[in-house]
Amino acid sequence: MTTLFTILFDGVAYGMLLFVLACGLAVTLGLMNFVNLAHGAFAMTGGYVCAVLVNNSGWPFFAALPVAFVVSAVIGVALERTLYRHLYTRSHLDQVLFTIGLTFMSVASVDYIMGSSRIFIKLPAALEGQFDFFGVGIGRYRLMIIVICGLLTVGLQLILAKTRFGSRLRAAVDDPRAASGLGINVPQVFAFTFAFGCGLAGLGGALSAEILGLDPYFPLKFMIYFLIVVTVGGSSSITGPFLASLLLGIGDVAGKYYVPKMGPFVIYTIMIVILIWRPNGLFGRTAAR
Amino acid sequence: MSALPEISSHAMARSRWRGGEIAFWVLVLACAFLFPSRYLIMTDILRLALFALSLDLILGYAGIVSLGHAAFFGVGAYCAGLLALHGIITEPVIALVAAGLVAMVLGFLTSFLVIRGVDLTRLMVTLGIALLLEALGERFSNITGGTDGLQGIEMAPILGLFAFDMFGKTGFFYSLIVLFLLFLLARRVVNSPFGLSLRAIKNNPLRASAIGVPVNRRLIAIYTLAAFYAGIAGALFTQTTALASLDVFAFEKSADLMLVLVLGGTGYLYGGLIGAVVFKMLQEFFSTITPQYWLFWIGLVLVVIVLVGRDRMHRWALWLPNLVIRKIAGRKAVVAVPESDAP
Repeated sequence: MTTLFTILFDGVAYGMLLFVLACGLAVTLGLMNFVNLAHGAFAMTGGYVCAVLVNNSGWPFFAALPVAFVVSAVIGVALERTLYRHLYTRSHLDQVLFTIGLTFMSVASVDYIMGSSRIFIKLPAALEGQFDFFGVGIGRYRLMIIVICGLLTVGLQLILAKTRFGSRLRAAVDDPRAASGLGINVPQVFAFTFAFGCGLAGLGGALSAEILGLDPYFPLKFMIYFLIVVTVGGSSSITGPFLASLLLGIGDVAGKYYVPKMGPFVIYTIMIVILIWRPNGLFGRTAAR
Repeated sequence: MSALPEISSHAMARSRWRGGEIAFWVLVLACAFLFPSRYLIMTDILRLALFALSLDLILGYAGIVSLGHAAFFGVGAYCAGLLALHGIITEPVIALVAAGLVAMVLGFLTSFLVIRGVDLTRLMVTLGIALLLEALGERFSNITGGTDGLQGIEMAPILGLFAFDMFGKTGFFYSLIVLFLLFLLARRVVNSPFGLSLRAIKNNPLRASAIGVPVNRRLIAIYTLAAFYAGIAGALFTQTTALASLDVFAFEKSADLMLVLVLGGTGYLYGGLIGAVVFKMLQEFFSTITPQYWLFWIGLVLVVIVLVGRDRMHRWALWLPNLVIRKIAGRKAVVAVPESDAP
């Protein structure tokens, strides 16, 4: 029984992490209808920025996390303004080719600069180890991830639902023409959202170095996970991708624990079954564009 | 009233062999005799061309964007390898067809997942299938040889007559014949009413179904056929190199393939063939600069192609040939500009 709770706990932590990594993609892909396969590259950037700051410059871990967010967001907005912007109206094939190209370039560049081996971030002593909670082993690091990601999720939901910016974004996504007619600066809203999504990915990348492993091939390895989160979760709200991430995280951890021989197949099986059952995702809008 | 005969005569005119096409194949055959020391790389190009042809069938004609076409290539490669290794079917041609058929069955089964949902779902499903097969290959490493791959494959002579030689001469002509035959078949398919209906689906699925085209059945059919082609390409790979490793399923393989097709142009059969030549030349060129960071250059080429615009690039590339044709033959250019993709 306690192993069940431990698995559940680890799975939730893993899922929350996936959500922070992928929710930027849920916005660009699901809401703006732009296929951005390079999303993992922003996550990797954040991870490496954090690693360099902590390991080489001796920054404290918690100070490096916001920097990872900011650097990824700045790179994101720079790319959005210079390159991505031109591709919003192009075919999906063009978008796929372009973002695969970016991913490959980022992989090779990081390999060139940082070397191809896996990188670890030195964690503060307070985050290491685990403690018992009614007999259930709780990892401190994973608990921190759940807290941070949980707060982020609530914050995102509030921003999207309650603030002026949130309603502008929803308007811009629903009907860009009408929104710009009402005086909303649509490109600016999109650029800001894109940057924020990239920043979140960077933060997720920094947090995930310990759990998912950080090496130059990160964007390629986790591309499928991001895609699953977005397609299974659907695009109508951020609740969908959030639940999909949790499902994916718990499924993956449980699968690896109970049927280690079948490793990754559990995820793919879940994905295929859900897709046969609901082709537009669990929580998707029926009229997919 | 005359709409139907007009369409059919138009389609027939399209399917007629033109001078340029004959010249292309004569040139290919000439290469075989001009560069006898480079059979191995030329075989590589032919194989890649066949694989790209397969992707063109679904991407260029039916508009299905696939991130995991390497799945079928890998299945074909492993089938051919296992058949030869365990001596089940030793004759290469029959083994080739058998491997193609296995890939085809897989293509048929997975096509039901692919036709569901929109582009995004397709990306995920195709990528997922390739990754799933790679994971399966790793899991059953006692059969597939794991990361080492299949070792010690010995190929019997083709039709019992032509043994594979060290310089790859037999392999080259074998690949060339297979490519040519399958090209003829693909040419017949895309110029048939079936091929026309595929284009209609690609341009507008809703409208196509409104004029009575059974969209899903057509997509399943072409996806299955493309899987067969990819399986054959994979089997050719194993037979001519006597190798099969888990790399065949890798995502980079599928992405390379997209680059090949985009370099040559989608939506016309020669795209994959020309793209394969250009791709190999690029590969040779970049690997002389930095062999390790080849991935970076692929990425850069992809980004540049998209930013410049695929249509515009092909217009530039065709400017010179068209000029020559206009000057010499004094008529309108016959070198086709590939169809642009509907957004």
